[in-house]
Amino acid sequence: MSEHRFTVGERVKVDTRNPSGHIRTPIYCRGHEGIVERICGKFPNPEQLAYGKDGLPAQTLYRVRFEQKSLWPSYSGPSHDTIEIEIYDHWLEPAGS
Amino acid sequence: MKSYHDIGGEPGGEVDQTHYEYSLWELRVDAMLRLLSSKAKVMTIDELRRGIETLGEDRYDKERYYGKWAYSIAALMVEKGHITQNELDQRIEQVRERMEASL
Repeated sequence: MSEHRFTVGERVKVDTRNPSGHIRTPIYCRGHEGIVERICGKFPNPEQLAYGKDGLPAQTLYRVRFEQKSLWPSYSGPSHDTIEIEIYDHWLEPAGS
Repeated sequence: MKSYHDIGGEPGGEVDQTHYEYSLWELRVDAMLRLLSSKAKVMTIDELRRGIETLGEDRYDKERYYGKWAYSIAALMVEKGHITQNELDQRIEQVRERMEASL
């Protein structure tokens, strides 16, 4: 089994949950689909580090590429514009789920 | 519910691009964070961010970059028991008196 749940190029969907606390997944990308642009590595979970815990086990951090038009319905720039957001593994699911 | 700091993509108005020199206190706050996190390891950058996100919307909007840091660091040091709120308040009062005397 691979060390990481998703591979580069794979289509993923951001979870829509809305917990309180220190969350590094911006609300505007939640529920949207993008593709894994790169795997950044594994890092202690910042949601835990923010409360003095060790953040272990480390979570895979992915850089996910979204189409601007999919995030912002009224986006007026070129249709091929994209935005990349670094998102931790526990916020992602396979696309279509 | 969306927190007040999670404002990506919202209209932000004009961006002030004037060059801005840091004050001495801002450099000191920067140094303090680095000493407390990397050297003394009594707090993390993630805790600093959590502190900033819980300053309350008014203070978050009003304070500039290092003002947010200073409030967050102070609250964390009290939360962790390294200083008491009373010690912090007394020290702020001492500094205020010293500053007023030097004016």
